[in-house]
Amino acid sequence: METRTLSRESILAAIRQNLPPQRVSRPQIPAFPGPDRPLRLLFEEHLTKAGATAHPVGSPAEATAKLTTLFPSAKVVCSAVPEIAGTRRAEDMHDPHALADVDVGVMRAQFGVAESGAVWVTQEDLLVTALGFLSQHLVVLLDPNDIVSDMHEAYRRVRLHETAYGCFMAGPSATADIEATLVHGAQGARSLDVFYLPRT
Amino acid sequence: MSTREPINVVARAEAFIQQDHIHEQMHDGFLWATMQRRDAEAAAVPEWEELRELGSHIKEHTLTHLDEYLTQFEANATTRGAQVHWARDAAEHNEIVYAILQDHGVTELIKSKSMLQEECAMPPYLAQRGITVIESDLGERIQQLDGQPPSHIVFPAIHKTRQEVAQLFARTIGTDPNNDDPHVLTEAMRNNARPRFLAAGAGMTGANFAVAETGTFVVCTNEGNADIGASVPPLHIASIGIEKIIPRVEDLGVFLRLLARSGEGAPLTQYSSHFTGPRKGGELHIVLVDNGRSRRLGMADFWHSLKCIRCGACMNTCPVYRRSGGLAYGATYSGPIGVILDPTFDEYKYSELPFHSTLCGSCSAVCPVKIDISDQIFKWRRVMANKGYLPLAKRLSFAIAGHVFAHPGEYHALQQAAVPALDHAPHFLLYNHTLNPWGREREIPQVAKQTFREWYLEHRRSHGNQNVES
Amino acid sequence: MRVGLFIPCYIDLLFPEVGIATLELLERLGLEVGYPLGQTCCGQPMSNSGDESNAAAAERFFVQNFQDFDAIVGPAGSCVKQVRHHFDTIEQTDAVQHVRQHTYELVEFLHDIVQVHDFPWAEFPHSVALHNSCSSIRGLGLAKPSEIMGTPFNKTADLLEKVKGLVLVPLDRPDDCCGFGGTFCVTDPAVSAHMGIEKVRDHLRHGAEYVASPDMSCLMHQQGIARRAGLDIKFIHVAQILNGGPFR
Repeated sequence: METRTLSRESILAAIRQNLPPQRVSRPQIPAFPGPDRPLRLLFEEHLTKAGATAHPVGSPAEATAKLTTLFPSAKVVCSAVPEIAGTRRAEDMHDPHALADVDVGVMRAQFGVAESGAVWVTQEDLLVTALGFLSQHLVVLLDPNDIVSDMHEAYRRVRLHETAYGCFMAGPSATADIEATLVHGAQGARSLDVFYLPRT
Repeated sequence: MSTREPINVVARAEAFIQQDHIHEQMHDGFLWATMQRRDAEAAAVPEWEELRELGSHIKEHTLTHLDEYLTQFEANATTRGAQVHWARDAAEHNEIVYAILQDHGVTELIKSKSMLQEECAMPPYLAQRGITVIESDLGERIQQLDGQPPSHIVFPAIHKTRQEVAQLFARTIGTDPNNDDPHVLTEAMRNNARPRFLAAGAGMTGANFAVAETGTFVVCTNEGNADIGASVPPLHIASIGIEKIIPRVEDLGVFLRLLARSGEGAPLTQYSSHFTGPRKGGELHIVLVDNGRSRRLGMADFWHSLKCIRCGACMNTCPVYRRSGGLAYGATYSGPIGVILDPTFDEYKYSELPFHSTLCGSCSAVCPVKIDISDQIFKWRRVMANKGYLPLAKRLSFAIAGHVFAHPGEYHALQQAAVPALDHAPHFLLYNHTLNPWGREREIPQVAKQTFREWYLEHRRSHGNQNVES
Repeated sequence: MRVGLFIPCYIDLLFPEVGIATLELLERLGLEVGYPLGQTCCGQPMSNSGDESNAAAAERFFVQNFQDFDAIVGPAGSCVKQVRHHFDTIEQTDAVQHVRQHTYELVEFLHDIVQVHDFPWAEFPHSVALHNSCSSIRGLGLAKPSEIMGTPFNKTADLLEKVKGLVLVPLDRPDDCCGFGGTFCVTDPAVSAHMGIEKVRDHLRHGAEYVASPDMSCLMHQQGIARRAGLDIKFIHVAQILNGGPFR
């Protein structure tokens, strides 16, 4: 403990001693004009480019049916949302290791971001954060009216001080580490499907 | 640790080019394509140059108030339940991490990409003490299995062909050496890594940004490997360089819009993860690391290098890096950012890096936080020259040249001597690689019959003009 | 306005036709041009290697030669960049500051100061690849670099497009460095040559008969490489095109 306090003080003292003489003031971030195209269109464009797919669904029943169509051989569907029952409830999972066999994880995103096709998902949405990353496939419910234009707007919406974990997910897990060839399903989700469904 | 000879980046780069007609071409091609994607993404953001200016300004503000923001970050992270540690240098970082792991009885940990952990040589330190460290990022894992450091901060194995990866995986994780399909190889690594994630006692990450306002740190990946490592094992340790601090949540809007566009040519990475305190049922330790950063803050010519957000754009654009490969630099950080950072770790060892550049300035133009990289490379040359690190031959010839250029009479006499020398010198001398490196790769220009000055004296002297006698 | 003609050392010795073209062009435009006979070198080889102490004498001597001119014009982007940006370690006397602020590269002088609208005496019915040297575009702002977002502009292209018959060809990598880099070309020969041959191939792929640039040093490097490789392509300074000669 004592060594650590010493290190802290030593580092802070070194910083104070070395601060550049010209202090720079904090800039104001201006309000940039947003895109002139419909946000949902932009959102889908970028989402698709990032390797995900968007599906309009009319009701929770339709959502459940669509999931079965997309993943007919899924044995374990772990759901964190009331709209889709799944075969296992995320609220019953406490040990992340128990999610290792999940084929499809279902969650709701709080909003989407048009300029990147990303959706914002928090620990409160996932219930167990590993649901977003051990599941082989992800289905994300999103209210299509809840799409903001860019990251500036997104950061006005997030409440970082109220959640231990939040993630902008732009698509499935990806890598281009071998000869710059794009591969999906590197470590996390192999696919990401967004279902447009307002909250019930 | 200092070595007796500086890293011979010139020879290493030459070896990279000359190994065959495949590697350098592939490397250059991939990174150029990445640059083109970057250009397209940047062009789609009307306020792009304004964002760069904001990013630079926010970083400069933060760095000139660094102590305040660090303590603010610590307070907010601690309030949210994180345990914050401070490490003065690489050794202390490694000791702190080891102590935490020992406390929890961890024998195997899985980590995502962290240049800082690489800088601290953490993996071998822990391995020597009986703790297995598994890299989870595909590119880092490839390099780890091959016993090589990463060659690029975003694409660690971009210098390797798929055949090389296939051979490597066959040797180390038992795949088919003849199947070099990247999809198959990636799937093999996925299945190899997954059980390690589930068995690991701890997950480690770095951080791209640390927000003072909320005690949040942000990790951007494409694979989601940082998220698996943070959400599965019960213990999460994050190593964060003190220069990663930014003041407020709203500042993230600027940096997230700049980062992936600059480094990869995509609006965002697949996962931009925000950690504020431990997750439900987990424990979070943050190690704030100095390791020379506070000293760098005090270097008037070089402190702007601390603005770096590790996007990799400078490497993608650098025509010299693209032809050299990152391993040529012999350091954790390669490419233009490496050239200006590495001498702060070991001035003599990296004394040749600042000359491995044409000073084209492209790096400064792509840097999302407007670091004057090219100007700093130039300034490092002055440092190296003043320290006497220029090779003797160069120093001597420059001393002679410096004298001659200040004395026009001698200068013109030398020109007179050079003309017949170039015209009549035997071929073997002119094209001798040691005596005349120009002639190694190029034909020598033909000397003109008259210099301009002689022409001028013959054709214009009567017009009256300035004439400064030496 | 009295213009001082700055002829870089390698142009003096190896490419005097570029100096002749520059002088004749300025004279055609009605300018009073003086040429200090004692000039030697701007100090760039030493300065670029970080050796400011040995560059200093050359730099001071340069100022001495040119301090009495209203404008100093040189057909060399990298040398002009050296004067404007890197004469910063010698004492900043009034003369030094005057010279630093009033030294122009030829294209920017013609485009911005004299504002030449046409070159009626010139004709160049050839396909030309414009080599945008790094010094000229990122150092001196002669064109918008491709990395920077904004409205494209290119002062050299503006001038060349006014020459009868001249056709500018597009390039795959319009402003990627050619690998000359001053002393880099001899300290890093493998990388330098590789960058150079790729540049030459880009020019050839687009059918260029000539490669033109405001920077003869880059052209000297590419020409040397092209000749070694036996490639049929010619290299010319923009001054020669704009003046209608002399052609070597």
